[in-house]
Amino acid sequence: MNPLTITLSHYLVVSGIVFGLGIAIALSKRNAIAVLMGIELMPTQPLVGHVFVVFVLTVAAAEAAVALAMAVLVYRRRETVDLDRINLMRW
Amino acid sequence: VTSIGIAIAFYALSGMSIAAAVAVFLTRNLLHAVIFVVVAFIGMAGLFVTLSADFLAVSQVMIYAGAISVLLVFAVMLTPYASRDNGNSLFAPVGVLVGLGFAALIGFIATQVAWPAFTGSDLEAQNFTGTVRTIGGALLGDYALPFELASVLLLAALVGAIALVREDER
Repeated sequence: MNPLTITLSHYLVVSGIVFGLGIAIALSKRNAIAVLMGIELMPTQPLVGHVFVVFVLTVAAAEAAVALAMAVLVYRRRETVDLDRINLMRW
Repeated sequence: VTSIGIAIAFYALSGMSIAAAVAVFLTRNLLHAVIFVVVAFIGMAGLFVTLSADFLAVSQVMIYAGAISVLLVFAVMLTPYASRDNGNSLFAPVGVLVGLGFAALIGFIATQVAWPAFTGSDLEAQNFTGTVRTIGGALLGDYALPFELASVLLLAALVGAIALVREDER
């Protein structure tokens, strides 16, 4: 990879790094809203094909709305969004 | 694309996005994390601009940096006494390892596969004028059914979100 000639590989490497950071944030945060931020970082990848990116943006927006509504609902029921304390289904 | 300007813009914008994403992981204040997420989204929009994807860059700024960040701020504000901190759970080392693994895997594939070079001169050869007209034609032509499905999905998501957070009137 010649560092001064920007190719598809460069963009894909950046996408991969941001995707990995999104996974790391989503898996290791205690606050449900922080987890959502990690999830939102993952689909923002340049270079998929323009029409397809439009659909990815749509799905991400829909998912963000529903997920944040669920976070508010969980807070209303349990008075916390700390995922370590939402352990109702732990055996 | 061989151009010093594009190269500088690419490295600056990717550095901005990656640094902001790392800051989301490291910061201890949830509202600071929201701001760093917005910075990462704007960096991504800039990367779209370097790819001459003007419509996607504007959509990225409007949907991600605008709408989704407002939703995130709303969610933070609607959970007032919840801990505003951005601490890690017990699984943080596992999460970091999985993230590193995925980044390494995607990076490895990205550098090893011979991707087709699709450059600005190829676009000019196709009489390519702008992305807005092309995307609009594609959405209402070949991709009309996915387009309608996406609108139904959005409607269902909005109705679902409102139904979820509605207070019961008993």
